[in-house]
Amino acid sequence: MSDLSRRKLIISGVAATARVAGLGVAARIAQKYGLVPPDHGGIYGPGETVTYASQRVLTRHSLAREFPQSKISHPPLANEMPPLNEAFKRLQAGGFTDWRVSVDGMVDQPASFSLAQLKSYPSRSQITMLQCEEGWSYIAEWIGVPLSHVLDVVGVRPQARYIVYTSIDPDWWDSIDMADALHPQTFLAYGMNGGDLPVGNGGPLRIRLPRQLGYKSVKFITHLTVTDSLKRFGKGSAAASLEGGSYAWYAGI
Amino acid sequence: MPAETGVCSSAPAAPVTTVSPRHSALVRVAHWITTLCFFALLISGVEILISHRRFYWGETGNVLTRPLFKLPIPASRNLVPTGYGYVLPDQNGWSRYLHFQAAWVAVLTGLLYTIFALFTGHLRKSLLPSGGDLCWKVLSREIVDHLRFRRLGKAEAWAYNVLQRLAYLLVIFVLFPLVIWTGLAMSPSFVSAVPATVTLLGGQQSARTIHFFVSVFLVLFLVVHVMMIFVAGFWSRMRAMITGRAGSHMERT
Repeated sequence: MSDLSRRKLIISGVAATARVAGLGVAARIAQKYGLVPPDHGGIYGPGETVTYASQRVLTRHSLAREFPQSKISHPPLANEMPPLNEAFKRLQAGGFTDWRVSVDGMVDQPASFSLAQLKSYPSRSQITMLQCEEGWSYIAEWIGVPLSHVLDVVGVRPQARYIVYTSIDPDWWDSIDMADALHPQTFLAYGMNGGDLPVGNGGPLRIRLPRQLGYKSVKFITHLTVTDSLKRFGKGSAAASLEGGSYAWYAGI
Repeated sequence: MPAETGVCSSAPAAPVTTVSPRHSALVRVAHWITTLCFFALLISGVEILISHRRFYWGETGNVLTRPLFKLPIPASRNLVPTGYGYVLPDQNGWSRYLHFQAAWVAVLTGLLYTIFALFTGHLRKSLLPSGGDLCWKVLSREIVDHLRFRRLGKAEAWAYNVLQRLAYLLVIFVLFPLVIWTGLAMSPSFVSAVPATVTLLGGQQSARTIHFFVSVFLVLFLVVHVMMIFVAGFWSRMRAMITGRAGSHMERT
């Protein structure tokens, strides 16, 4: 082996080691600042991690576009959904007066809220777009209470990292990080276009995340859990959509 | 007499006897990574597209909105009636993962290539047509030669002809940036940070429609590109893009 090629070999060896060490440091920094999504494993993990990390750096505090009244889509689209269960039908027959959403996990005071209680909190509205991953979209006025307000009421502990939210169908659930949970446009929405939120659009209560695709805005919310790890939920995945059709956890694209 | 600026004559071709590679290593690696990403993006893009075959102009569009046009294809969802008696399997989960991962690889490769092209003179020497080439006489001769599928001369195996240069410039500096831009304009999170990305295009559905047409143009380019490889000599061109070597003696095989 000539001197030149040996030198080349040593240099490339050092470079490779530095690269691996650099990646290790980068991974640790990314983990510390919450730049690694729960679905970072597998063959699509790298792309998903780069997307999530760059979005978290770029869009942590940015606001989804809001539109004037004139841009609201009429009539509002109510897309297909799985048949509603018996529990839902019972509550619907009672005009949803007994609908409750419970909040537990890493909070100071676990609580359960009725719709009337949620409506007694400062009400906010936003005219934003709902964008489905299929390709269609519509704009509506969404009325509700910011999720951050509800989280303030129960007192979120500092080690909290995610909010898991579940619909009345226990197999339909998803989760978001604290950046999205505390974002001013993240609502527990109970109203739409000036009236109650129609069942077809997720009424009586739906989570609204205008900076992510529609499938993250789970309908018929009954339960919120504040947690520092998503490992205990479902089959260890971070969302029902990851178990069924393997959809990306972060849907801001 | 050497060609003067403004005089209508084609630029002198590079000498046949040169020992430097026909395509530099960076160009070759970038070419094949882009090829791989292109097919990944195309397949996953088609999969995502077939969940909603309707296209719109403006901000929003859904089943209740009049479409700009619709493709006569079956769909992978039953939200939109297609007239076909069946619904294709829904492959959007992995398709979306693959689409965005391949997009990252393609964009990063493209950045590296662009920096290389700007700073090594690749853009000036290999891609920008000389002033003398941009006149009707030369262009029309090239067009006629191409239409007759006339095989290229020995000298031309070492440099792109003017039509090639124009096509590559169009793809690299117009279609690729446009497809990235319209892709970003469909990201609800990205546009929350940079709203002009989508407002300049006239809305999110306009972005989707433009994204589709740019993709169609890219596929058309690919078809012509591959066809020209066969016209010019498949093995010699493949060898030039894989090993970097080019020589006219292989042309006959």
